[in-house]
Amino acid sequence: MSLEQLYQQIILDHSKSRHGDGLTMVEAPEGATKGQSHQLNPTCGDEITVRVAVQGGRVSQLRWDGAGCSISMASASVLTDLAEGLEVAEFTHIIDTFRDMLRSRGKITADPEVLGDAAAFEGVARYVARVKCAMISWVAAEDALAQAVAGQQN
Amino acid sequence: MVATPAHVLDPLASLGNEEVLRIRNDFPILQQTVNGKPLIYLDSGATSQNPLSVIEAEQEFYEQRNSAVHRGAHYLAVEATESFEDARSTVAAFIGAEWDEVIWTSNATEGLNLLSYSFLNASLPGADPEAARFGLSAGDEIVVTEMEHHANLIPWQQLAQRTGAVVRYIPVDDHGVLDLEEAARIIGGRTKVLAFAHASNVVGTINPVTALVALARAVGALVVLDACQSAPHMPLDVKALDVDFAVLSGHKMLAPTGIGVLYGKSALLNAMPPFLTGGSMITTVTMEKAAFLPAPQRFEAGTQKISQAIALASAVNYLTETGIDRIHEWEMVLGRRLVEGLSGIPGVRVVGPAAGIERIGLAAFDVDGVHAHDVGQYLDNQGIAVRVGHHCAQPLHRRLGLTATTRASTYLYNTTDDVDALIQAVAGVRGFFGA
Repeated sequence: MSLEQLYQQIILDHSKSRHGDGLTMVEAPEGATKGQSHQLNPTCGDEITVRVAVQGGRVSQLRWDGAGCSISMASASVLTDLAEGLEVAEFTHIIDTFRDMLRSRGKITADPEVLGDAAAFEGVARYVARVKCAMISWVAAEDALAQAVAGQQN
Repeated sequence: MVATPAHVLDPLASLGNEEVLRIRNDFPILQQTVNGKPLIYLDSGATSQNPLSVIEAEQEFYEQRNSAVHRGAHYLAVEATESFEDARSTVAAFIGAEWDEVIWTSNATEGLNLLSYSFLNASLPGADPEAARFGLSAGDEIVVTEMEHHANLIPWQQLAQRTGAVVRYIPVDDHGVLDLEEAARIIGGRTKVLAFAHASNVVGTINPVTALVALARAVGALVVLDACQSAPHMPLDVKALDVDFAVLSGHKMLAPTGIGVLYGKSALLNAMPPFLTGGSMITTVTMEKAAFLPAPQRFEAGTQKISQAIALASAVNYLTETGIDRIHEWEMVLGRRLVEGLSGIPGVRVVGPAAGIERIGLAAFDVDGVHAHDVGQYLDNQGIAVRVGHHCAQPLHRRLGLTATTRASTYLYNTTDDVDALIQAVAGVRGFFGA
């Protein structure tokens, strides 16, 4: 497996031009609830904070702030593009699909229909040490989402 | 006539690439290719590799002499005990200690925890009055440095939390060099323990042990030296340095994992309360209490790391035959080349002492715009093994304004070509990532 297969152009591009970077959120409209989660990768010191707003059963906004390697930063950027506007259940499904693909050690081929640009992280699955880099923002989003959803129910 | 070891051309001459390549032939693991390229191993600061003689020493023990030590009257038990204790004497001689001042531990981390827990035991109500000098109480101070590996930091933080003592830090400057004037102000009447690294695993600084020991002696503090990054690479004489305790890590000096050394002055060890208790460390045991053996057994409860200790002695013999002075000299050459070469690459910042100032043969560096993990991945693709991350020294990285760095660390089996290959590869990193 070549370095170019791991660092696909989409990943390199997103790592430099990051979408959703910065925690300032547009004023949440009436009825929106928010969640926030901070995750840390103790092996390298990378960290990320993700905020999610949910309104009417959909992710209305996702913003993040963090520092880390190109894979973790690109992954958070791609996540932002994917998440906004999705129904909560759809978003959860994408997170699960992404996690399964990354943990498969290369056995599961990425489905671009479901994962969109996140399919570019397929190569990461072959580098066990890097799976957490790709996953960290998604884990934070999952946690933040759960809080926002709980807020909707209250 | 006894044959000269294959790798030694002339024990008096300086090491050079030709001899280093012969040395490398003694290391089976270094003969492989990674990602289609010959492996260039520059991560010995994390774990060094084993020469065949060390691997064989451990195997030979299991094939010929495996038995519990210090018990049993049969042939194998006697053979195993003799080998185990010979190993202790060999390692003791290597660091200038007496045999009974060397305690086997699983690693350096265990050695430092042994000390901190023994000190804690001495701090508890009802502790043996003889152990009073190891006890800490509220207001006492433990002095470490900002450059410590977490292994020489967390045990002291924990001890401080449990005793009410305070951990104080000798600061480092922007180059990772200790501020000795500040050290003189910090080390004072309340200082009970001074613990510091002989050489930094990140910035490569070699610390002024003599000056620091003098400061500790003036206030009666105990001195603990973390020799993990020095003992494998340069001559170490614990008596000449006059430290009270020192820890070593076997796997960083050509031995397998699972073995380390705690050195302590004999009088101190025999007054210090034990940490782990149980079999093999006692004299008389009753239903109510037990009396303990003198060091080293006092601190070696339970079945020991026998084959690993024998392998460590074999590793020490390998280092001695090659010449630890020559190894040190060679690694200084490699270290200078690393620093000069890496510093010359646009966007690369080497942390630690500037070129020309003494350091061990390693260099940690930051590549502008590229995270250390990405640097490491890029280098791995070229068969070059380095360490990335905070190298178990988060406070130091924070002090230097970084979260993670890439570290290349050399050993006696690295050539200048290895260093040059790394420098050439690092020069391509920013281009690949578009930084």
